[in-house]
Amino acid sequence: MNINGFRRFYVWELPVRFYHWINAICILALAITGYLIGSPPALKSADEASFGYWFGTVRFIHFLAAFIFFFNFFFRIYWGFVGNKYARWQNFILHTKAQLKEIGAVIKVDVAQTGARPLESIGHNSLAGFTYFLTFIVFLFQATTGFGMYAAMSNSWFPRLFAWIVPMLGGDFAARQWHHAFMWFFIIFSMVHVYLVFYHDYVEGRGVTSSMVGGWKFIEKDQAANE
Amino acid sequence: MTETPLTIWEQAKLQGYSRRDFLRFASWLAAMAGLEASGVGQIVKAMDTKPRIPVVWFHFQECTCCSESFIRSSHPIVADIVLDKISLDYTETLQAAAGKQAEEALHATMTKYKGEYLMLVEGSIPTAEGGVYCCIGGRTAQDIVMEAAAGAKAIVAWGSCASHGCIQAAKPNPTSATPVHKLVSGVPIINVPGCPPIGEVMAGTIVHILAFDRIPQLDGLRRPKAFYSRRVHDTCYRRPNYDAGLFVESWDDENARRGYCLYKMGCRGPVTYNACGVMRWNNGVSYPIQSGHNCIGCTEESFWDNGPFYRHLASFPGFGIESTADTIGLTVGAATAVGLAAHIVATNLRKGKKINEEIKEAAKSDAKGGA
Repeated sequence: MNINGFRRFYVWELPVRFYHWINAICILALAITGYLIGSPPALKSADEASFGYWFGTVRFIHFLAAFIFFFNFFFRIYWGFVGNKYARWQNFILHTKAQLKEIGAVIKVDVAQTGARPLESIGHNSLAGFTYFLTFIVFLFQATTGFGMYAAMSNSWFPRLFAWIVPMLGGDFAARQWHHAFMWFFIIFSMVHVYLVFYHDYVEGRGVTSSMVGGWKFIEKDQAANE
Repeated sequence: MTETPLTIWEQAKLQGYSRRDFLRFASWLAAMAGLEASGVGQIVKAMDTKPRIPVVWFHFQECTCCSESFIRSSHPIVADIVLDKISLDYTETLQAAAGKQAEEALHATMTKYKGEYLMLVEGSIPTAEGGVYCCIGGRTAQDIVMEAAAGAKAIVAWGSCASHGCIQAAKPNPTSATPVHKLVSGVPIINVPGCPPIGEVMAGTIVHILAFDRIPQLDGLRRPKAFYSRRVHDTCYRRPNYDAGLFVESWDDENARRGYCLYKMGCRGPVTYNACGVMRWNNGVSYPIQSGHNCIGCTEESFWDNGPFYRHLASFPGFGIESTADTIGLTVGAATAVGLAAHIVATNLRKGKKINEEIKEAAKSDAKGGA
């Protein structure tokens, strides 16, 4: 129980942390408003339509959050080229044998719970990095289908950049269907993501949970010797 | 066939229309085609001076609802002049000629006006088994299309059949019903989808070609932008109810009587591009939503396959008729929760063991330190 056996690393820079929380808030807002748009609750109201606009507001929040979400992600891609080594794009693209080996180790230690020692990765482990890469693909898919459908009701040039996806998928109906289905990816990803953060903190005590607030992680000195 | 083709105005005059009627018709056409006021003059000039364009109208795998819609387009001159007197050299369902004479009329037009005639296609073209599912005069539809398309100035694909295949192409599409644009290339093709398309939209498309001698501006799916650039939802008079979140919950509820938005009843208005909300049907009498029924999205590709008409979210392919993306998502979510719960148990066993070891080690080192 040697507390002094840990060394503190500054892992997540401020822009990365900002990106993370803006992204989290956007996804939460997008999933909630998106679900409401898909199945609006039955508010039995005898009002005239001119007195209400709640559904329009829900849609507005969805579109606003979508713009923030997209440009926030755009910024994160930029940061993948200029940020510190834990933020670099190499963490997210599988391109070395060591990464593949580490994925095997993560499955052994953290999923099957057979290894005793936590892994050496200080930033993302390879499996996490690869999973985030998949989420980036889904980010792009959701942004493309979303803006593609939005283009029909906008005069702006920006959403039109994505309009090609709609005929490619076979029309607005299909685009909408896929856009809706991938909402579930975010819900399930969030469940697993939050769980795993708690899990790592729970068994490793490296302060993963608070690292996305303060940026620091605590790593065993002997493991971090070669850093 | 006359030796010196008459202009549209000359034909109209012969039919007994006054100049005033004719000009009124021109303004109506300009409005239909979404032109500005100066466009009226252009249309008048074109119809005053230009001879007719020869037209052949084919009927393949179809129900003739497009023709029915067209001959009911609200202005009588359309039917009288464009359809009856001026243009049509060949159309199976309306022509007087039959058999050999009909085929001769078709071939005369196709040879005499090679590269000039307008080809209108109603219905999809089956390609399975060598195209035997639709034969006219002993030839397959595919054969006829290929021959006629080669000499056509432009092709107008009437309705959802010719634009996307419509119900004949719905799963499993036993005859391999194929839209025109997937068979023909090298000729401008205009898709005018709908089951049927609105009569005025059809007339507007034809008249644009007649009057301006070029095809109207098209979108990415080859549809005339003037009629297909907006969703039914965007021009729906019930739209304010949508924005206010006032929805019909079932067909016979109070909200249905109040005329609230039909979105939750599976209305396809938000995903369907057509001019129903603006032009309406049967001389502007009504359109489905105005009559209390949801839009079924008849201008959109594979609308027959897009799940039940009265549900918003389609059945998800491969998961049975009642499973939407939501039921599948919930199932996967529940399975994930179970997996995580199992993981929690395993984690706690591992952590318990680890803590015990650490306590033992600490006790050992304490004992060493004490000695």
